[in-house]
Amino acid sequence: MSEPKFPKTLAGPSRRAVLAGGAALTASLFAPKHLRAADYPTAEVNTTGLAVTDDTVTIGILHSITGTMAISETGSVQAEKLAIAQINEMGGILGRKIEFIQEDGASDWPTFAEKAKKLLVSDKVASVMGCWTSASRKAVLPVFEQYNGMLYYPTFYEGLEQSPNVIYTGQEATQQIIAGIDWVAETKGAKSFYLLGSDYIWPRTSNKIARKHIEKLGLKVVGEDYYPLGHTQFNSVINKIRLKKPDVIYAIIVGGSNVAFYKQLKAAGIDMTKEKPLLLTISVTEDEIRGIGGENIEGAYACMKYFQSLTNENNMEFVKAFKEMWGEDMVIGDVTQAAYLGPWLWKAAVEAAGSFDVDKVREASPGIELTTAPEGYVKVHENHHLWSKTRVGHAKVDGQYEVVYETADLVEPDPFPEGYQ
Amino acid sequence: MSIASHRLFSRNDLIGFAVLAAIIFIVLPLALDTFRLNLFGKYLTYAFVALGLVLCWGAGGILSLGQGVFFGLGGYCMAMFLKLEASSPENTAIQSTPGIPDFMDWNQLSALPWWWEPFHSLTFSIVAVVVVPVFFAFIIGVAMFRRRVGGVYFAIITQAIAAIMTILIIGQQGYTGGVNGITDLRTLKGWDIRTDSAKEILYFVNGILLFACLLAAQYIRKSKLGRILIAMRDQEDRVRFSGYDVADFKIFVFCVGAAFAAIGGAMFTLQVGFMSPSFVGIVPSIEMVIYCAVGGRLSILGAVYGALLVNWAKTTFSESFPELWLFGLGALFIAVVMAFPNGLAGVYAEHVAPRIARLLRRGGVDLPATPDKTPAE
Repeated sequence: MSEPKFPKTLAGPSRRAVLAGGAALTASLFAPKHLRAADYPTAEVNTTGLAVTDDTVTIGILHSITGTMAISETGSVQAEKLAIAQINEMGGILGRKIEFIQEDGASDWPTFAEKAKKLLVSDKVASVMGCWTSASRKAVLPVFEQYNGMLYYPTFYEGLEQSPNVIYTGQEATQQIIAGIDWVAETKGAKSFYLLGSDYIWPRTSNKIARKHIEKLGLKVVGEDYYPLGHTQFNSVINKIRLKKPDVIYAIIVGGSNVAFYKQLKAAGIDMTKEKPLLLTISVTEDEIRGIGGENIEGAYACMKYFQSLTNENNMEFVKAFKEMWGEDMVIGDVTQAAYLGPWLWKAAVEAAGSFDVDKVREASPGIELTTAPEGYVKVHENHHLWSKTRVGHAKVDGQYEVVYETADLVEPDPFPEGYQ
Repeated sequence: MSIASHRLFSRNDLIGFAVLAAIIFIVLPLALDTFRLNLFGKYLTYAFVALGLVLCWGAGGILSLGQGVFFGLGGYCMAMFLKLEASSPENTAIQSTPGIPDFMDWNQLSALPWWWEPFHSLTFSIVAVVVVPVFFAFIIGVAMFRRRVGGVYFAIITQAIAAIMTILIIGQQGYTGGVNGITDLRTLKGWDIRTDSAKEILYFVNGILLFACLLAAQYIRKSKLGRILIAMRDQEDRVRFSGYDVADFKIFVFCVGAAFAAIGGAMFTLQVGFMSPSFVGIVPSIEMVIYCAVGGRLSILGAVYGALLVNWAKTTFSESFPELWLFGLGALFIAVVMAFPNGLAGVYAEHVAPRIARLLRRGGVDLPATPDKTPAE
């Protein structure tokens, strides 16, 4: 995936791109307050020596753009850059343009820690948009807590964490899981489940929550299996699934393994469009389908908070701006949208606090709302996660999801769920 | 055999050690802020591994592509101690089972596994840092070298061991922290290892340990043992026919390399604040061989410079060119291998050393014309 040249402040051809999408968005939806830097003297809005000048503020972007995770994290980088460009277009934050320093985590956890420290200690960035895997977040967490930085973390993840130095813009496990299982039990009458996952903390924790919830509903788990990351031989488990005949295959397989799994499932004659068994996943976004191939996953259901096909006005604008900036053939998955929220949430918190100081931004964060989020309305909870709706999408052959269900209300984030541990 | 070669240090060696000591203990601490110094401290932990490889590969001809295993084992032993200290019941009160490491709690373990218990003791942990990897190396060494497995086959087997080790650690995540590793390490016997002053102290401890290992390596190289190693590398059968038990020497040097790597791993954990399986696998193990190759696999001081240069380049390239840095690093390796097969040390011996000797002679200092007569160097 090559990256178009995009300067830190808007100019050239990309200006048109953002004007078309972003400016329409900003004018109609974001209702800019026209904050001028002069009203916010640097000495007052920055008392802790962050990289804030009279007309700029510097933030960090920390994702893997090389290594195995690059393919997943590129979308997040693109979304963050789009958000920054749009914010700058409407005048920046407290009258200051956002500049960013991008560092490569290189799919390597210690590198993430090193770069996080560099951003906080040497560059004094005011906040960091970054990380994707739990492992990288765990690696940088002590750094953010020690040097009092602020991280906006976009990925849906296992929960069991609530750091004062992180805003989690993706869903934690209970938000993603419980609504999906309720839906499949009620709408599809599912009675038995087969849990599958890649072998690490997120799938294991998620399946633990899924199992507890399934058992709470009085339904049955007929099998549970894990495979190492990168595993490509799923024939044995597919045979087991045929033997046990579950109503639902609950799959949390990540990365390259997905490609092998769905192709082998199809080759084994399990046609997901017949929904016998039905396949429900929480790990396959539109990004992954590009690798899997729409024809191999057609008919599967995915449960997350965002799909590119959402038809609300915010999302139409967002998809348009994203494609104009990064190319027509781009797809936008759940995490990419969550990454897009990061700079906006930070902007709102800084403006509410009237300061870039991390402590004040933290204090101002709970209760921050975005009515302009592509996924709809979101709100920051006391526990630094987002209130958000959960949706179920039905995979189509063209690689997009059709939204077939959406929770009526926002789902409260609950990173330490009682009764699910 | 000249008499000079029996002395532990030739004059050139002394100068080399003095220059390196000056760089590590004076120049870097004065020139760098704590953040960069801590980074260099991290690079220096890889120098331990490269140093072990100089002995195993450069001198003994045993190419191990699995040194990450020993680095990792040493690092994990240290990390287990630190994690237990960080997991006091007060710190982990929100868990289902307070007092055990957080990742065990996530994986539904309700008690500390028995083999974690001894790591409550610092003394035990420090001993384990060296003994566990050395014991492991000893078993591998006995199994391989007694059967006369060598060369490429040995390299492949060590690589397989590195792969197995990674799978084991990732698979047993309830006991090892899995792919996340053991993170969020805080204090050593109540001493906060995350503060700036602690980072500086650890840097110097690291430097002193490195010099202790350098001295040990120098001693091995200059002793009769070192000569037998080189002889073995060049003509293994002749050494065997002369009545030496080749396998014993190989096992010994392999264990020494493992011990060095393990000390590096433990210091890494202390300075970086976590340990993860990404240091154990095939890729990091090969990277460690590259440090040694860039520095010059025949030179123990070259190993240190190689580790420093490669890692410094990695950090600098990736900070300046986040999207292109891997190519820069690749170009550096290719350039070194094509142009200087003996690495930095080779460049020094061929181009720099003669000039210095000439300068010194002109200044009236008496130096031997050929700096070192050690065979094959």
